[in-house]
Amino acid sequence: MTLATATPRSRKRSEPKGTDRKQTDYGAWFLVLPALIPILVLSVGPLLYGISLAFTDSQAGRTEPTAWIGTLNFQDLLHDTLFWDSFRIGLLWAIGVSVPQFLLALGLALLLNQNLRFRWLARALAIVPWAMPEVVVGIMWRLVYNPDAGILNETIRNLGLGEGRDWLTGLATALPAVIVVGIWAGMPQTTVALLAGLQNTPHELHEAAALDGAGAWRRFRTVTWPALKPVALAITALNFIWNFNSFALVYVLTNGGPGGRTRLPMLFAYEEAFRYGQFGYAAAMGCVMVAVISVMLALYLVGRLKGGDEQ
Amino acid sequence: MTTLRTSRSGRAGQYLALLCYLVFLAFPFLWLISTAFKPPRELGSLHPTWIPKDPTLENFRQAFDEQPLLQAAGNSLIAALSAALIAVVIATPMAYVMARNRGKLSTAATGWVVISQAFPFVLVIIPLFLILKNLHLINSLFGLIMVYVVWSLPFALWMLVGYVRAVPRELEEAASVDGAGRVRTLVSVTAPLLAPGIVATALFAFITAWNEFFFALVLLKTPEKQTLPVVLTHFLGAEGVADLGPLAAAAFLATIPSLVIFAIIQKRITGGMLAGAVKA
Repeated sequence: MTLATATPRSRKRSEPKGTDRKQTDYGAWFLVLPALIPILVLSVGPLLYGISLAFTDSQAGRTEPTAWIGTLNFQDLLHDTLFWDSFRIGLLWAIGVSVPQFLLALGLALLLNQNLRFRWLARALAIVPWAMPEVVVGIMWRLVYNPDAGILNETIRNLGLGEGRDWLTGLATALPAVIVVGIWAGMPQTTVALLAGLQNTPHELHEAAALDGAGAWRRFRTVTWPALKPVALAITALNFIWNFNSFALVYVLTNGGPGGRTRLPMLFAYEEAFRYGQFGYAAAMGCVMVAVISVMLALYLVGRLKGGDEQ
Repeated sequence: MTTLRTSRSGRAGQYLALLCYLVFLAFPFLWLISTAFKPPRELGSLHPTWIPKDPTLENFRQAFDEQPLLQAAGNSLIAALSAALIAVVIATPMAYVMARNRGKLSTAATGWVVISQAFPFVLVIIPLFLILKNLHLINSLFGLIMVYVVWSLPFALWMLVGYVRAVPRELEEAASVDGAGRVRTLVSVTAPLLAPGIVATALFAFITAWNEFFFALVLLKTPEKQTLPVVLTHFLGAEGVADLGPLAAAAFLATIPSLVIFAIIQKRITGGMLAGAVKA
């Protein structure tokens, strides 16, 4: 979904300090309140409530009041092999999507930064995965992967590579198949973010390096990469987080199957909460997910701060 | 510039890579369109073709027969339009403060924008579900709209802060030197310059709400209340056995509004990002 957040926008250093007019302070509160109240009521509040639910036995349709049960949910989670399976799958999926996506997008961004014809076509087509509802992306790829009527197996048959297979229901192929869809869906955002980072590199430095006889690889390593690093770190950390938290795409593609091979943590928590009504337990899962994501977020913030310092 | 020229074989390699990218991007979408226009006979064929031999609109008619698509599109439209409008109306003043003031409030708001990107939604949706249930706002578009407003705020704020920063402070100062009051400066100087940015932000918020699935799945229970993405999943049926033609037709239709809007604002978003990255 959101992309532009990936662009680190450090504050302008040149801006003189102390230009903020003091008399605006009360006015500022007045301007902020219309957004602040919904944020506190519908976002920050529920988040804190959600964390507190993780320490209760909250369930759907219970008649007796919800009780405080301390860390019992977390102790249960520790022994819940299904949850750790989904956690492992979530990590595999997030890494499996983010890393290849970054490498492919980097190559592409470098390519699109060149003066090539048909660049506009790539730009125009990039809208498609970006603007599509995730549900439609999932449906579309199910049509591609369809064992009989899908184009993938037909292509495989035409190339004489065999009969093809049922990609989304095969135990071994399901996760790789959904990972490919994840890469497809996120490519444009990552590419555009990296392209934006590339435009940051001063062209003169490139020319100077080239005059000094630096080859393409050395120019990339010494000029391009240092300038691109903050953006690259930020987009990769965000991609990892978004993928780890993703739901709709895999829900539509496989609904977690076959045999839980693509059951991401969000799908697991969703089922626990809204199929079995285990609100407290599912909230505890959410907390564990937050803990992992916080580590990634810390990396992202460090990257952003560093990016600000370097400029 | 001559020093940076790429060799001819290098150029050919670059065009080949670009071609691979274009094919990878385009083929699933082309396949969706192709499937949407195929009669059942061709969909059952063991050797599917790219171009339908007997293109038909039958799948579209059947899609509308099978599921309440128009109603779902109406629900999506109401939810997305309301959410986008409310989000922009309440986000613009806050974004203005965040861009112009350097208080604790701005820092906290920026922090929230970043952190909110990392919420696993399940941690927010369970309490929201319980709260909205107590307020009898489950299965109500109103409840969903409230959730969408807050959900689209971080990104709306982020975009708008960028647009406010792009309005030179000097213009506002000049107006106040000329004797215009603060409100007048905002209305007659800042707002007109900000308008295109506000429109782009609203359109983006519209698309995110139009495409959203998870909250809608949890909060809307009956088919007549559900939004388009949720109704689309009904085409998948039990056990994932789907009627491919109508499924493709409905999915294709659901994408068109987002594609059109995105095509309109795409330049502004990527352009804004590029500008932001260069200025940063």
